Amino acid sequence: MSTATDGMAEIVQEFLAESAEGLDLLERDLVELERDPASPERLGEIFRAVHTIKGSSGMLGYPRLESMAHAGEGLLGGLRDGRLLLHPALTSGLLAMVDAMRTLVNAIELTGNEGDGDYRAIVRSLEELLRGAAAASGTAASGAPHDGKSQNLLSENRTSGRKIRVDAGLLDRLMDLAGELILARNQTLRLTASQNDSSFLSAAQRLKRVTTDMQDAVMKARLQPIGSVWKEFPRLARDLALSCGKQVILEMEGLETELDRGMVEAVKAPLTHILRNAVDHGIETPEMRTCAGKPPAGHVRFCAFHRDGQFHVEVSDDGAGINLARVRQRALERGLIKPEQAAEMSQQQLARLVFSPGFSTVEKVTSISGRGVGLDVVKTNIERVGGTVDLHSVSSRGTTLQIKIPLTLAVVPALIVSSARQRFAIPQVNLVEVLHPDLAPEEQPMEQLCGMPVCRLRKHLLPLCFLDRTLRLRDEASSASYIVVLQAGADQFGLVVDAVHDTEEVVVKPLAQHLRAMASFAGAAVLGDGQVVLILDIAGLMQLTGLSTVSRLLRPKQAAETRSGGCGAVAQRWLVFRGSAGSRYALPLPAVARLEEIPAERIELSAGREVVPYGSEIMPLLRLSRLFHEPEQKRELLQVVVLRGSGHSAGLVVDRIEDIVEEVVELRGGAHSDSLEGPAVIQSRVADVLNPRSLLAHAQSASNLEITDRNG
Amino acid sequence: MAIAHRFCTFYLDEVWFGLKVESVQEVLATPAITPVPLAPRAIAGLVNLRGRIVTTIDLRRHLRFADRPSTPPPTLLIVHYGCGLIGLLVTRMGEVVEALESGLETATLGELVVEVYTFPGRLLHVLGLDRVVGGGNEAH
Repeated sequence: MSTATDGMAEIVQEFLAESAEGLDLLERDLVELERDPASPERLGEIFRAVHTIKGSSGMLGYPRLESMAHAGEGLLGGLRDGRLLLHPALTSGLLAMVDAMRTLVNAIELTGNEGDGDYRAIVRSLEELLRGAAAASGTAASGAPHDGKSQNLLSENRTSGRKIRVDAGLLDRLMDLAGELILARNQTLRLTASQNDSSFLSAAQRLKRVTTDMQDAVMKARLQPIGSVWKEFPRLARDLALSCGKQVILEMEGLETELDRGMVEAVKAPLTHILRNAVDHGIETPEMRTCAGKPPAGHVRFCAFHRDGQFHVEVSDDGAGINLARVRQRALERGLIKPEQAAEMSQQQLARLVFSPGFSTVEKVTSISGRGVGLDVVKTNIERVGGTVDLHSVSSRGTTLQIKIPLTLAVVPALIVSSARQRFAIPQVNLVEVLHPDLAPEEQPMEQLCGMPVCRLRKHLLPLCFLDRTLRLRDEASSASYIVVLQAGADQFGLVVDAVHDTEEVVVKPLAQHLRAMASFAGAAVLGDGQVVLILDIAGLMQLTGLSTVSRLLRPKQAAETRSGGCGAVAQRWLVFRGSAGSRYALPLPAVARLEEIPAERIELSAGREVVPYGSEIMPLLRLSRLFHEPEQKRELLQVVVLRGSGHSAGLVVDRIEDIVEEVVELRGGAHSDSLEGPAVIQSRVADVLNPRSLLAHAQSASNLEITDRNG
Repeated sequence: MAIAHRFCTFYLDEVWFGLKVESVQEVLATPAITPVPLAPRAIAGLVNLRGRIVTTIDLRRHLRFADRPSTPPPTLLIVHYGCGLIGLLVTRMGEVVEALESGLETATLGELVVEVYTFPGRLLHVLGLDRVVGGGNEAH
């Protein structure tokens, strides 16, 4: 009895797997058919696929699936006989059928039955399409009676590849085992150092060689063609194009190019986003294209290939290209670049600005893309898996995005460091250099910059992150030792650790579900000695410490750094920032406790004044715009300069932080309010120097005043 | 005939706990644990189980037993959870017992304890694995 049910379950499993594959093919073929309606072979294939599903679902007792396939088959039969002509509404109807069938197949897979969803509307619309288009009533729709035999005959026509299905979990397990083998090899090789037995040494060598081969083979088994992700793209491109009134021809090349299944998953979302972008922003409307002397249908081309042991994808479109003037303007508005920088930037550099966080040139938010998350997210996602993105754009000729990613993430070389006696692994891709405490003592003195420790490295200021403090590894302060200089995106910072050990090839394993939300770790790995180490997520660590703000400030300022000093007077550090009217202000840097970006929604009103919870205290906010009667701009993310007085802080909301400069500043007098010390020349331009003490007092008294107002 | 359940039992200090016997894979002496900084307090860290990395929960801390500063509990229980494994640190193992439905108490239960059975002279606290693992998320 139980074997009979097992056999049944197996048949159902087979049916589900086959149907899922069939539906994928169906979707692809339908979109292809729309482009090339006069293809009897393709139509025949589609018909057969639907017929197979109809037959099997009838046999296994899935009436909803069967009736849907039946209606679709009628429609396809009409197409095949030439009684119907393909038009977009018909294709959309058939695609809707594919979607509904997929939902049903998924429901069967999860719950064992079709569920109680109502699909009659879809069946009805299919029937209406058949009736509406053809004079003949649905005689063809009644179809052949489905019996096992005809279905078998038809399914034999289907070409099946020379591949077998392997459970994805088994592949992961194989990778785990290969990983263990690598560990055993590393351990054994470590032992060979103290051995003289030649037979042992040769056995160890063989183990080494076999392990490497085995690792390669397992890697190969895990490779998946990129086409498995792209199979959804023709449909997506079609739907997108239809919804924004454009004509798009999608070309895909190198579908068979392979990469690790983990990586395939990782690049899926970014590539989908790029496709949306290309159709939504890249390709122009047919009218605009005709005006520009281009064919009305735009081309989007995906091309994948291997080069230098890396996986490459190029996505190009022949659309309008990136409007560099608008990019420049937007970047200036957002304070991403300075006017003098903008003048010097090459077209290439300008175009790359679209990768900056929070950058989006489209004013109109569409349903397809452009909710403020843009290419910066694509870039972050690609960089997270160790890849790079570049972009070329020619005005009115189109845009090309180039993506490079490693073939696998599973095994990476890593540097092992330790802090507070715990070891951590740093992926070597993030590593720039290691500063030894003894070798470069004059580079070492650490300073504070806006509450953030920095050190000087070859005339640059390098923000520092103390691993022990950031991860709260110990209570007592550490004696500063090694600084590991790391790169995350465009930013560099120094990670302070106790010791640097060797590099090791580690097998990356994801963290368990409930630890995955932790930004600071990218995964874990087992070292050669059997110990587990955590792998640091460099970008995440940077975010965690708030280093990104400071690091961004330090990036473009090497020129200012070298300009300073020289004259006899003691140079002072200044924080230069802008008000909304474009006026420049400066504060002496020692008065600045920290720079923060505070979301506007965190601001609360307490006794009529703006405050934000800040650590354990409630910090009053002062708006530069209100102090100096400048127009106020609504922002979602406020730039706040935190000033610290004795026992309390105040936040000064500024329009944007411009620079940190080291200069001898001479006040020119002529203050017109007590918060203002007076104008001065900083970096050969005028800036109003503010008085931090009176700003702090102002923040306090403003609150007192308003409290008394209220009581009175 | 009343339905009986089989439980794999263990002790946290002197309190008797149990888990459904089928969820337990193996028991071993606690190996070296790599702590996960900034993780929820109940997470003891990661252990290497023959090449697999298993997240380990300190049940004493999770159940808010008075903290003992010294070494972690000496016994590690490896249990199936979802399609993965989870480690649970316990003080020592008990026997595998069969509990009859009739012994089921209608007691007020804690967050993680889903059933209590009466045995001669002692009570068996049955932990709900979903709650133990899912509830490991509260902050420090």
